[in-house]
Amino acid sequence: MQFELSEQQRMIRDMARDFANREIVPIAAELDAEERFPKEIVKQMGELGFMGMNVPEKWGGAGLDMVCYALAMEEVSRACASCGVIMSVNNSLVCWPLETYGDDAQREKFLKPLAQGKLLGAYCLSEPGAGTDAASQSTTAKLDGDTWVLNGMKNFITNGANADVLIVFAQTDPALKHKGIAAFIVEATAEGFSVIRKEEKMGIRASDTAQLAFDNVRVPADQLLGQVGQGFKVAMSTLDGGRIGIASQALGVSAAAYEAARLYSLQREQFGRPIAKFQAIQWKIADMATRLEAARLLTWRAAWAKDQGGRYSEEAAMAKLYASEASHFITNEAVQVFGGNGYSKEYPVERHFRDAKITEIYEGTSEAQRMVISALELKK
Amino acid sequence: MILNENQKMIRQMARDFAASKLAPIAAEIDRSGEFPETTVKEMGALGFLGLAVPEAYGGVDSDITSYALVVEEISRVCGSHGLTVAAHNSLGCWPIAHLGSDAQKQAWLPGAATGEHLLSFGLTEAGAGSDAGGTRTTAVRDGDQWVLNGTKMWITNSHYAGAIVITAKTDLEAEGSRGISAFVVPTDTPGFTVEKKEDKLGMRASDTAPLTLEDVRLPADALLGEEGGGFKYFMMTLDGGRISIAAVALGLAVGAFDTARVYAQERHQFGRPIASFQAIEFMLADMATQIEAARQLTYEACRLKDVGESFGHMAAMAKLHASETAMFVTDRAIQILGGYGYTTEYPAERFYRDAKLCTIGEGTSEIQRMVIGRHVLTD
Repeated sequence: MQFELSEQQRMIRDMARDFANREIVPIAAELDAEERFPKEIVKQMGELGFMGMNVPEKWGGAGLDMVCYALAMEEVSRACASCGVIMSVNNSLVCWPLETYGDDAQREKFLKPLAQGKLLGAYCLSEPGAGTDAASQSTTAKLDGDTWVLNGMKNFITNGANADVLIVFAQTDPALKHKGIAAFIVEATAEGFSVIRKEEKMGIRASDTAQLAFDNVRVPADQLLGQVGQGFKVAMSTLDGGRIGIASQALGVSAAAYEAARLYSLQREQFGRPIAKFQAIQWKIADMATRLEAARLLTWRAAWAKDQGGRYSEEAAMAKLYASEASHFITNEAVQVFGGNGYSKEYPVERHFRDAKITEIYEGTSEAQRMVISALELKK
Repeated sequence: MILNENQKMIRQMARDFAASKLAPIAAEIDRSGEFPETTVKEMGALGFLGLAVPEAYGGVDSDITSYALVVEEISRVCGSHGLTVAAHNSLGCWPIAHLGSDAQKQAWLPGAATGEHLLSFGLTEAGAGSDAGGTRTTAVRDGDQWVLNGTKMWITNSHYAGAIVITAKTDLEAEGSRGISAFVVPTDTPGFTVEKKEDKLGMRASDTAPLTLEDVRLPADALLGEEGGGFKYFMMTLDGGRISIAAVALGLAVGAFDTARVYAQERHQFGRPIASFQAIEFMLADMATQIEAARQLTYEACRLKDVGESFGHMAAMAKLHASETAMFVTDRAIQILGGYGYTTEYPAERFYRDAKLCTIGEGTSEIQRMVIGRHVLTD
């Protein structure tokens, strides 16, 4: 066991931190207030290799390990959680399944530009009636000659209104239930595809979350991703990696809120001394720091486990569960340390507080993580 | 606690008003941040703005329990309205009604009771938050006038107030919390400015603003109560204010709980209502239990105040527990609603943002623990 980051990992972290401080921090509050999708940041992240970090160089990616990805995600999310999730979806939920389940033609045509950040991806699994119960897909795909025809509706799709390429899950044989699901690569230019609406959300307001409709969308047979019947496995294995991304996002939000609260407690004076001199505040700092560190170690362990090539579902679920609940705790305490100032939009902690909450919900709620963890624990 | 007929009646009146007038606009005013002048005036017509005003001055002069019930019912639908009513009654009207001269009462209470104007309380400053004794605003005698200078922060209802009770240091030599006095300052006094409204996490339709006092000249009779009594007065006022925030928090928790309870029974996953899963059922059980405990603490603080017993520690316990319960319950409500809970389509996320104010305003949870800690250690 060793707890040192490698030279390369440190370099990536520093590069991500410099980039985030320079380009994202100055505009993060404005992106949030205006609900503006940060096109210019996404473009720059593409140029830095952040949009396909784990994709091999021959497919347009940066060819880095999962720990590097977790580090970069944390740094970007520390500045802006919306930028973090845009990056996470493209990396974990789109590039990864394309590389893992796609054929070379699909990798050439779709993975390469996605990994280079020239195109943006979205992952379409959730439906109005299929949230935690993701197997209950009602979107259908029927073969008509050599094209698939997709019909249905998808819900809460991150990047949905800005994506060029979408991974869409649909039922090819409803009688087979979750064994009758397939994954498809759909282009946003396809006829019959439309964005019904964008959600108005409490946080991650610069990231778009859309409801999408597929109305007789024709998808060429060579854009089937993996095999017919393999879709649920594609979906679940993809989410395992996604959870490391979201754990890292939660970590970034926590780190930002914690650091802001730490500095504020040293500067803010009440009763004639810095509030950091009061034990009530000191204990908050201690609890925040401890949970932040535990979340970071769980997240890095999950990233490391994925890099080792074995199963890592439980590690990823634990990291996501713990890091998101820690983020909730830490951002809430940060607002509390700031008092009235924390409730105002003049300081960033209120944004961190709103952003943190989503990490307990998407890519599997905390309840879904507990289902994964307990199922694996009870099988041992 | 068993409610009497009067209390049940006023609760029903507030519940009906909230359902018919506030439910249709609550999400919209949260989004726009616009102060709801029309419905606030309507609350005046119903008597909700004169609950702390004696009948002789046009008020309802209700018991505190009835007042808390009104605040709870309104907050159950809209936290911003709840906070507006709470601050007006307990921080604006109460000190004038209980400490003011007849002339002060005559001047400000009748208009406050009808909602012609609101009343407000200016205590907090940039450097005097939890340490409210650290007041820097000064009031200096000049002949038979007082001249006030300083700034105040986070003052609720200030843009709509006819007058604001302002605390200021009158004995500049006195240390700490000593030498503070309170003044009734008409908001149209030259040199008195209500600055731009704050942009907040929640309670977005309630009016919160900083104040600037620049050579504000007041007649001698603007002094509230006795010179030097300021610290005692604001501590008394805040004791009552804490019951108000407890009632706001309770209302928010109940509103979020109702939303989650209904949703859990309607939403199906894995072929059955999610309420049939033990994980969700237990969440609802914990939420209901915490709410009931918060309600009992709040009503008990009301009862003690109504019968004239010492109630400060109970108000602090009620405020602490109810506001932390509001955070817990509104958070669990979002969690039960899942993705929908994170959107503005459902009220859970608004209740959650509003609830956070309750752990901060009128004494943070940390201050409540100080009050409670001192009480249990000296009892």
